[in-house]
Amino acid sequence: MSKPQPQPSPFEHIIRDIREWPIYRLSRNRSKFIEEVTKEAFANLSARSNSNTLEEIIAKALYMEQTRIREDHWSIDPRDEKAFWANVKSRLLQAGNGEAKSAQREKLVREIIARYAHEIAGRFKPRTYGFAKKLVRFFFARLLNAPARRGGIRYLVTGKRVSIYDKITLTGPIDSIRSLAKTSTIVIIPTHFSNLDSVVMGWVIEAMGLPAFLYGAGLNLFNIRLLGYFMNRLGAYKVDRRKKNIIYLETLNAYSTLALHRGAHSLFFPGGTRSRSGSIEKKLKLGLLRTTIDAQRRNFSEGDGRKVIIVPAVISYHVVLEAPALIEQFLAATGKERYYSDTDRFSTSYKMARLILRVFAAPSDFTISFGRPMDVFGHSVDDEGQSLDAQGNPIDISRYFMLNGAFHEDTQRDAEYNKLLAQTILSEYYRSNVVLSSHLVAFTAFELFRKQHPRLDLFELLRLPPRECRLSYPLFAETVERLRNRILMIQDEGKVNVSPKMSESIEEVIRYGLRNLGIFHSKRPLLRSRTGDIITRDLKTLYYYRNRLDGYNLHEHV
Amino acid sequence: MSTFEKPCGVLGAGSFGTAVANLLAENRDVLMWARRPEVIERMTSSGTLPSRVVGIPGLKEIADGCSLIFVTIPSSDFRSVLQQCAPHLRPDHILIHTTKGLDLSLPEGTSPTEPDRISREHIHTMSEVIRQETVVIRVGCMAGPNLAGEIMAGKPAATVIASKFDEVIEQGVRALRSSRFRVYQNHDITGAELSGVLKNTIAIGSGIVQGMDLGENAQALLITMGLGDMIRLGKVLGSDLRAFMGLAGIGDLIATSHSKASRNFTVGYRIGQGEPLSVILDSMTEVAEGVNTIRIATALARHYKVRIPVISTLHRILFEGLSTTEGVKLLMEHPFDVDAEFF
Repeated sequence: MSKPQPQPSPFEHIIRDIREWPIYRLSRNRSKFIEEVTKEAFANLSARSNSNTLEEIIAKALYMEQTRIREDHWSIDPRDEKAFWANVKSRLLQAGNGEAKSAQREKLVREIIARYAHEIAGRFKPRTYGFAKKLVRFFFARLLNAPARRGGIRYLVTGKRVSIYDKITLTGPIDSIRSLAKTSTIVIIPTHFSNLDSVVMGWVIEAMGLPAFLYGAGLNLFNIRLLGYFMNRLGAYKVDRRKKNIIYLETLNAYSTLALHRGAHSLFFPGGTRSRSGSIEKKLKLGLLRTTIDAQRRNFSEGDGRKVIIVPAVISYHVVLEAPALIEQFLAATGKERYYSDTDRFSTSYKMARLILRVFAAPSDFTISFGRPMDVFGHSVDDEGQSLDAQGNPIDISRYFMLNGAFHEDTQRDAEYNKLLAQTILSEYYRSNVVLSSHLVAFTAFELFRKQHPRLDLFELLRLPPRECRLSYPLFAETVERLRNRILMIQDEGKVNVSPKMSESIEEVIRYGLRNLGIFHSKRPLLRSRTGDIITRDLKTLYYYRNRLDGYNLHEHV
Repeated sequence: MSTFEKPCGVLGAGSFGTAVANLLAENRDVLMWARRPEVIERMTSSGTLPSRVVGIPGLKEIADGCSLIFVTIPSSDFRSVLQQCAPHLRPDHILIHTTKGLDLSLPEGTSPTEPDRISREHIHTMSEVIRQETVVIRVGCMAGPNLAGEIMAGKPAATVIASKFDEVIEQGVRALRSSRFRVYQNHDITGAELSGVLKNTIAIGSGIVQGMDLGENAQALLITMGLGDMIRLGKVLGSDLRAFMGLAGIGDLIATSHSKASRNFTVGYRIGQGEPLSVILDSMTEVAEGVNTIRIATALARHYKVRIPVISTLHRILFEGLSTTEGVKLLMEHPFDVDAEFF
């Protein structure tokens, strides 16, 4: 076997010199930036409180933090945490009066904010970035090219479809995104199914020739030391979902807002956490999303016309390794099942590495589909970032922040804008979703099982022994075909995308779907028995993959 | 309040548009647009409109001159007027509409008189039409028991400005409030819009009960049951119900369900008196929106599996040949008897 060579990406880097990347500039002035974040967060916090409630805010944060330290301690947590909060407590208890007291409270809040800001801020290191890039490229080349070295890189300009290493398919307005990244601040917001998403997106951004993105990564990922080492230097900032106190949230928002305001392209998962049910996000977390609107307002009110551009992205896998654990959590949370405490399976470097290896080594491909780039009000934009109305006329969106002709700050208004943005993103997710054959076979089979047992509710159905579920192949094939045609119709209406495989003969669609669906699970969600019937070994995981096609009213056609 | 305020715009010079212009003129200068501008001239010279109201022939002039614009166009023309207006509107405009109606975009092959498969995506409230046709995001709706004649006569009344945006509500309140006109605030704009539409169906039912001379007890029963229908339907259509319990909901329902001035009530009354629907509709010059709303509401309830005993009984009486006496019997024997079970 010839030694595989790392292949260059089909895209030139839009900014060749790393020192020119916004994320690098941000990182080089790290301590100054943290200072600004602290100032900003403090100003926002005081704007919504008087010094009386400042005391309450500290007391509440103290209480929540001490509870967290006691009940939910992680190895990554700093050692001096206990001491720090004990100190906060003793200073909060100090008697005082009038101005001296409120000055002391303010000082205390500033210290807490500064601590959080240090914790959140990442350190982008060009050298580690270069190293990681090479490593990942080598990895991809070795794993992807070695077994199937037919096409190498394929870049089909006409179909706006880019296949890299035969494995990863990028679809969507990639050239527009590249062009927008030169003039605007890009915020990529992918759906979230797997812990692999961060790695995949990081690699995709590099492959698209974009400068590294700042991205919000769950602090839990930093528990995985190897991953943490890289992520820290690749531009990740830390989001700790355990900390829900208002001081922390203001600090996090100030960090993201200011970074966007400085033009640092960013990525975060607006669903907040991996989809437990396997369906595309039905609701978004509004906190970080809100910072896109805040940053845009700030740009305009400071006379800077730079746009913040939102780019939704949907990642489609044939297999999500965590699926069995995720669906278990989903069913437990919906309350009808006994709760199974299931530890995160991929929480060590070794397991994480194995996960990546298995996905890339097997004959399984995946798709990243970018949605329509939009401004923070959901309007489409041209390649220069100019917002357009439905008729294609330019709109001056800075006026959304105006009242009676003048800039006017109104947090309630911006919160409503944010909800509308979240709605627009969700519908864009459904439109950009790429239906894979494995999703289709999973959906069809599960709905047919459901139809076979009309008296059972979902939870009773899921408790059935798998051997009770069996479908004759002709019935299955006929239903797959009907749903496939329905999906193609929905595609014609522009409401979903399908993978090219889906247009092949129905036998081929089924064969390919069955081969790929959940291929690494110890119990296959769907397979053909020796007698040719369609059977399952794990109904719950099948349900997980079925959910991917939720929201298109397909069940009406089973 | 500052002495210099930009004028407010009013689109439409029907009876309600005129009433709104009158209310606004107590606080501001008003620029008013009508399809036929001479209508406004005639009204100002006859004294129906105060001199602060100026008729403007062009939508562009209204858009350029005003930040706050009231839209009082009937639902049948609403979309087309907004389309004409769209090129002139900017993101800093605030639009408040007063139209009680729905915009239907039925799937191909569906008859508008016999809607079969319709769901939320096929019906649009007027604020949704504004969002679809223009770049304006800050929209509001004015709803409540506001009979135009009474407002023009200077009688005391109140209204609700509903909007997701505090800013819109504040601007609306400042422009409309006066010693004879109270303005309430509500964030449930979808609920305010839907209750304005759905209450027309109950007004027909209330008219039938009065036409049959069944008494005040029966009328109160019907209205209360009908409110339940409205609320259950409103819930699946995206209202958070706050508006239904306020002036735009109950308030408007009470006014419409007793008023001989209401076209919908009159249709019901004449049915109760034994006239066939076709004869009644032929004799009327203006549309009673409630008749069609009964069809739409019934189709929606079927789709969402919502129980609406009053409206579906009305459907059977109006379109399926059920007699009014049988209809009353059906409602009296309706199996559910929990009070206020819509929460």
